[in-house]
Amino acid sequence: MTILVDFYKCLHCGGCVGSCPKNAIYLNDFVLEFNDKCNSCGRCVKICPVAALRME
Amino acid sequence: MKTYNCDIVIVGAGPGGSMAAKFCAQAGLDTIIIEKKAEIGAPLRCAEGVSKKWLEEVGIAPDPAWICADMAGAVIRSPSGYTFQLDESKAGSEVGYVLERHLFDKALARDAADAGAKIMMRTSCTDVIRKDGKLVGIKAKSMGEPIEIYADCVVAADGYESQVARWAGIETVPKMNDIDTCIQYRMSNIDIDQQYCEFVIGNDIAPGGYLWLFPKGNRSANVGIGVMAKRCKNPGDPKYYLDKFIAGDERLKNGQILEVVGGMVSTCPGLDSATDDNLIIVGDAARIIDPITGGGICHACRTGMYAGKVLADCANKKDFSKAALKPYEKMWRDRMEDKIYRNWMAKERLNELDDDTIDDLIKIISTSDIGEVNVYNLLKVIKEKYPKVVEGFEDLI
Repeated sequence: MTILVDFYKCLHCGGCVGSCPKNAIYLNDFVLEFNDKCNSCGRCVKICPVAALRME
Repeated sequence: MKTYNCDIVIVGAGPGGSMAAKFCAQAGLDTIIIEKKAEIGAPLRCAEGVSKKWLEEVGIAPDPAWICADMAGAVIRSPSGYTFQLDESKAGSEVGYVLERHLFDKALARDAADAGAKIMMRTSCTDVIRKDGKLVGIKAKSMGEPIEIYADCVVAADGYESQVARWAGIETVPKMNDIDTCIQYRMSNIDIDQQYCEFVIGNDIAPGGYLWLFPKGNRSANVGIGVMAKRCKNPGDPKYYLDKFIAGDERLKNGQILEVVGGMVSTCPGLDSATDDNLIIVGDAARIIDPITGGGICHACRTGMYAGKVLADCANKKDFSKAALKPYEKMWRDRMEDKIYRNWMAKERLNELDDDTIDDLIKIISTSDIGEVNVYNLLKVIKEKYPKVVEGFEDLI
């Protein structure tokens, strides 16, 4: 399972970054980058205010 | 690789970072602030409502340049539409201005620059640097180029993202019941009362949070919502609830959106430790926020100022150990910790109330003689009528 970002929805708010238990997300201005610490826990998917993230 | 050496490096040019930078630079310290974004204060991540009293406390003179609207009061609306109106004479410290944050943040950064701080834009921290276990600086990308900045102390002012502290080994991620996930529209062509900030509460309106309408003048307002992360059932719930409210509110139905803003706020009582050897964490990054309102600008400004003052002392003693930074912990806790803890408990309890009880509470407080209205006095009235709501933290009221 990996986290996918819909960049047309993402508001670059950084909410997922600060909420990630693994500190696995980095917001590079307008691009979200996931590093290999991500264990697909799904927390970011659940709480994104605009549903810009999904797990596949 | 290009390297820089300074006394203090500050990550983030928000209110907390700029205040820290100003006080460090005023004390003669060689201070660098780095800011990831291309513009200070933008894109917005804020509802922009603040109270007035604290500005003087942190030495900021109100400036029409960044005050968008001056409020006459606030209205709290219950699920069934009962309202409680606070007017300025009774509103005490909880009512104030609606800001233009992109100008406010720039004004504070300018103050820091005037005091001698250096600002590096489009420079994002990517990690901390340790040498023989000691925190000695940060790694960053500046205009795309990797750089290293060495300093006696790092100030983590990186807001809700709060990654610097985590790279340095301090856990900062809030629990799901201590996160509000938010979305806001700046709406125009709406028919709201421009004199009052409005807060709407209810389990079908904003589960575990609230919905706000903060006037911005010229028939416009910030219309936003915060939903408790734990109570999000489906991805995108905040947007769903906000759109639902707007569609059902006569005042907003012809509104047009000029800006869409996302963000999250912590609603926990603050980190157990906001310092470590060669590290100070300020503002949102330290989770120092009012857990009831989600407001954090005054907390960021205060903690930034305290950090700057303490770092000036530490520089004189050439000691930036956790023990030497302890006065910072004492300052922010003495000033804010009790109130933050009390409001955190209140938030937890309010979240458990059903809509009928919320209606009742609003009716009770709107018919009580409260005197100066603030969270403290409201809780006092609630304590009399609904002691269960304040069970466990009565001693703080």
